[in-house]
Amino acid sequence: MDEKKSEILVKERQLVIPGETLATGLDFLPSSGSFRVNNEIKSKILGLTKIKDRFIGAIPLSGVYIPKMGDGVIGFVDDMQTTIWVVDINSPYDAILPLGEAVGEYVDLNKTDISVYYDIGDVIYAKVLNISKSKRVQLTMNDHRTRKLIGGRILKITPSKVPRVIGKAGSMIELIKDKTKCQIIVGQNGVIWIKGEKESLASKTILMIEKESHISGLTDKITKFLENGGE
Amino acid sequence: MGKVGAPEKMIINGKRLDGRTVNDFRPMKLEVGNLKRAVGSATFSFGNTYALSAVYGPRTVHPRHIEDPQRAVLRCRYAMAPFSTKERIRPGTSRRAVEISKVINEALSNVIFFEEYPKTVIDVFVEILQADASTRCAGLNAASMALADAGVPMKNLISSCSVGVVDGEIALDIAGLEDNYGDVDMAVATIGNEDKFVLLQMDGIITKDQMKTMLELAKKGCAEIYEKQKQALKDKYKTGEIDDDESE
Repeated sequence: MDEKKSEILVKERQLVIPGETLATGLDFLPSSGSFRVNNEIKSKILGLTKIKDRFIGAIPLSGVYIPKMGDGVIGFVDDMQTTIWVVDINSPYDAILPLGEAVGEYVDLNKTDISVYYDIGDVIYAKVLNISKSKRVQLTMNDHRTRKLIGGRILKITPSKVPRVIGKAGSMIELIKDKTKCQIIVGQNGVIWIKGEKESLASKTILMIEKESHISGLTDKITKFLENGGE
Repeated sequence: MGKVGAPEKMIINGKRLDGRTVNDFRPMKLEVGNLKRAVGSATFSFGNTYALSAVYGPRTVHPRHIEDPQRAVLRCRYAMAPFSTKERIRPGTSRRAVEISKVINEALSNVIFFEEYPKTVIDVFVEILQADASTRCAGLNAASMALADAGVPMKNLISSCSVGVVDGEIALDIAGLEDNYGDVDMAVATIGNEDKFVLLQMDGIITKDQMKTMLELAKKGCAEIYEKQKQALKDKYKTGEIDDDESE
């Protein structure tokens, strides 16, 4: 039996396209964004490579948001039924917020209209509670950070670039909050809520991060950008 | 030949009407990410053939009854702009557009990982803004780049080109008059630079040997296009870097 050598063909954070071979041999394993064909691990997507121990994958540079359990998302209340709200979370799958997960008190449905809690058109920051196998997404408001968002403005970015906007341990977003004195909430689904006096500077900065997310040394550039007041 | 308006000879001294040899492509131009509101977009042109493709989704399926609980659905729409040819084309769908939409759909279905997005639809739109033969090939090339740009998981890109017989000679990338007055026109698509065909359509009469040579030539052509597609996708993120340095 001929022994094939295992070899990684790409560097960390290298730009790869679908079908590009990332590694050969059976010593490595495909993680998210990659797949195995016989002896090779190939990329599924246009993205940057991620190598962790034996696992080789790719992080997408674009794409839609697919909900994950525990994600904090910003959603728009689209529809209301007797005991649930239907929430658009900027994803192919609509989310459902049941009454029990939304309100902590007993609600007499005969006497109250649930629109007093959340109405159609409201914007909420909620947490993804569960996703069933058939892709039914359930949200919850039973978390200290979840709330209804009033006022401010909404910004949408590519969901795969959210980690870059937040930065390592929240460094980037803290920087923007600090410099602009705005309240900012970033949903994992790529929807961002900003409220404060310098809303436009904050949104300009975030859009810039989105555009240049694949470039290293971004934090310094953003610091400069903010200090110059968006110039 | 002998048709009205046909040039007497289309290959003179090994040169074709536009000055290419039989193994040459027309100049190609590839761009990715032209449309900002689409999830992914791309343009592809072979000389005067210009295709624009946009991808939306994965998104919620409407109408609901075509939804598949196990996998995503792919919907392709190929259309030629009314101004794409000398004679105006009636806008809207035609027999030909339905057929090409179908073959593009089938070619792309070979590479997409549909299982990753159950209950959704991926919409691919291919618009031919200018037509000068090989529109389905240009459209397919643009569509596969747009899909990659949209972040849709795929096994590989799809590369496509046409081959044909002109004046009894086998030639790559059939254009304009060659398509109208040539003997054979064959559209071929492969999965990247692999040895797998996902589209093969032709008209005219050829021999078995000719067919073999044509497929070999098409394979080489597709491999060449694949390299260009790869480069175009990577360039999107490179040029972004330069532009931003200038503007900010």
